[in-house]
Amino acid sequence: MPLSIAVCVKRVPDTAAEKKLDDGDKTLDRDSVESILNPVDEMAVEEALKLKEANEGEVTIVCAGPEGAAQQAIRKALSMGADKGVHLKDDSLHGSDAQGIAYALAQVLKKGEYDLILCGAESTDARTNLVPPAIAEHLNLPNLNFVKNVETSDGKVTAHRETDKGHDVLESSTPAVLGVVWGANEPRYPSFKGIMAAKQKPLETLSAADAEIDASKVGLDGSKTEVLEFGARSTERQKNVVDNKEGDAHVKLADFLQQQKFI
Amino acid sequence: MNFDLPEETEQLRKTVREFAEEVVRPQAEEADRKAEFPIEVVKQMGQMGLFGLPFPEEYGGMGGDFLTLCVAIEELARVDSSVAITLEAGVGLGAMPFYLFGTEEQKQQWLIPMAKGEILGGFGLTEPGGGSDAGATKTTAVLDGDEWVINGSKAFITNAGTPISKIVTITAVTGESDGKKEITSVAVPHGTPGFEVGRSYRKLGWHASDTRELAFNDCRVPLSNQVGERGHGYRNFLTILDDGRIAIAALAVGLAQGCLEDSLKYAKERQAFGAPIGAYQAIQFKLADMAMKTELARNQVYKACWMKQQGRPYKTAAAMAKVYSSEIAVEVARDAVQIHGGYGYIEEFPVARHFRDSKILEIGEGTSEVQRILIARELGLPGTYFR
Repeated sequence: MPLSIAVCVKRVPDTAAEKKLDDGDKTLDRDSVESILNPVDEMAVEEALKLKEANEGEVTIVCAGPEGAAQQAIRKALSMGADKGVHLKDDSLHGSDAQGIAYALAQVLKKGEYDLILCGAESTDARTNLVPPAIAEHLNLPNLNFVKNVETSDGKVTAHRETDKGHDVLESSTPAVLGVVWGANEPRYPSFKGIMAAKQKPLETLSAADAEIDASKVGLDGSKTEVLEFGARSTERQKNVVDNKEGDAHVKLADFLQQQKFI
Repeated sequence: MNFDLPEETEQLRKTVREFAEEVVRPQAEEADRKAEFPIEVVKQMGQMGLFGLPFPEEYGGMGGDFLTLCVAIEELARVDSSVAITLEAGVGLGAMPFYLFGTEEQKQQWLIPMAKGEILGGFGLTEPGGGSDAGATKTTAVLDGDEWVINGSKAFITNAGTPISKIVTITAVTGESDGKKEITSVAVPHGTPGFEVGRSYRKLGWHASDTRELAFNDCRVPLSNQVGERGHGYRNFLTILDDGRIAIAALAVGLAQGCLEDSLKYAKERQAFGAPIGAYQAIQFKLADMAMKTELARNQVYKACWMKQQGRPYKTAAAMAKVYSSEIAVEVARDAVQIHGGYGYIEEFPVARHFRDSKILEIGEGTSEVQRILIARELGLPGTYFR
């Protein structure tokens, strides 16, 4: 059976780049740094492409964000081999928190019919891990999160989730929402042919109104979380001097190492 | 005027840069130290289609252009020259003769697997007794029935002894006409009796690139292995070398760019006399010069690509790109080592490797002297051969 797979992706600041927050609305200043397709989302795309190769089907990339950044993210996924893109573009989305974005993406996903909805389990910038379960909640679908080795058969999907002692094998009916874990696979590099082909692939742009998004649930005002304050990480070093006046320095040192969980 | 490269070329640049950082960089130091051909990296480059960049899809290629190939070479050389030259020689010297001059059958048999990166080919022009003086070829090929019988040797042949090297195209003297040597290209598959691939050379740089001496002793290949017309070997390889010059120049630009970035980073971090060394003009002027030279070289490389792709004469532009880029690459690498001080002289930072890798750029695929001869000839100055 051909599969219809949606992959939600996000554009994030280059992991290596120095990030800046906007003093005004306390959101990330996304113009000041080079941005890349969220590496964990790349693994979700790769997982989707493998499923497509094993079962046939179609991979749709869904992304919310400003014009340049979101379209670059979608094009990258298309050049890897995905089939089409949907870009949710609306100024009213600016500043949405994880829940707001999950609601907005769910509204977009409702417009299509998908057997599987894949996301990176987290983004490398916000790292909330909230979006995949929140999308599942909005769509009233099962959610398998932090998974890899995704396989499908007869209206079912199975996946592995690593635990401290081994791994769980999870199974659910489809459609389902899956959060693909970091390290699930090695995403392929797009070939030049893939890059050329991506230019011709369909890319649909939707406004908030097109996706029937309730404006009160998105944006800075619609978000349930609020950033009150931010500051630079302290780089001060701690210095603990262990003296041996009482001849028990070795015990103090061992206690310290134990407290810090070094031993 | 428009200095923007096509969007898809810039996208490929990003992809290759990612690949270079994630896959090539982590193995570069060890491969260089052990002088090991990076077969796994090369296989991955094949899967990405890099070896097929300038060839049409019907021959296993990516349908890109020469500029895009040069950008890929530039990005690889920014990190590892050995990997970059493996691509440059694989495409420009291994596959290109079949693409430009081969029969349909030769293209099907050799070009397609080369474009897919499944096999590598070598290009045997230089001999132990002559490089720049390519007309002094001593290797001979004599037609015996419907077979070429080859005798002679070739020197400094890139990609001739890797685990996936399957064929070399060589130039050989096949006769004489009007007192001039008649030179023809013939392809010799590995494993042909009488064809021996020698040991890897110990080189100053390009340690992880495969370079071999080849020997031919009554080596017989079918007449159908002739590449291009009989007697056209000389003019054909000159065409190959014109393109190769631009590609080597792109490699030089990449090396210079890598040196510039590494030095800039180091100059901002390294403290001396209470400030980062980048705060001192002695270092700033070096970095400014490095940036300026790299950018000017890059402009000439892209211009030469553009002229070629416009179908204009580009021999001189290619010679200028080659001589300028390779010479500034050596200068920039030398300054990079100087900025790094003692750390530049040990293999702790990549600049030491870049410095060793840079020198060959002034020699391979036409020395700086040969490039200047070509430019002088274009200015209308007379030849100065001693014969």
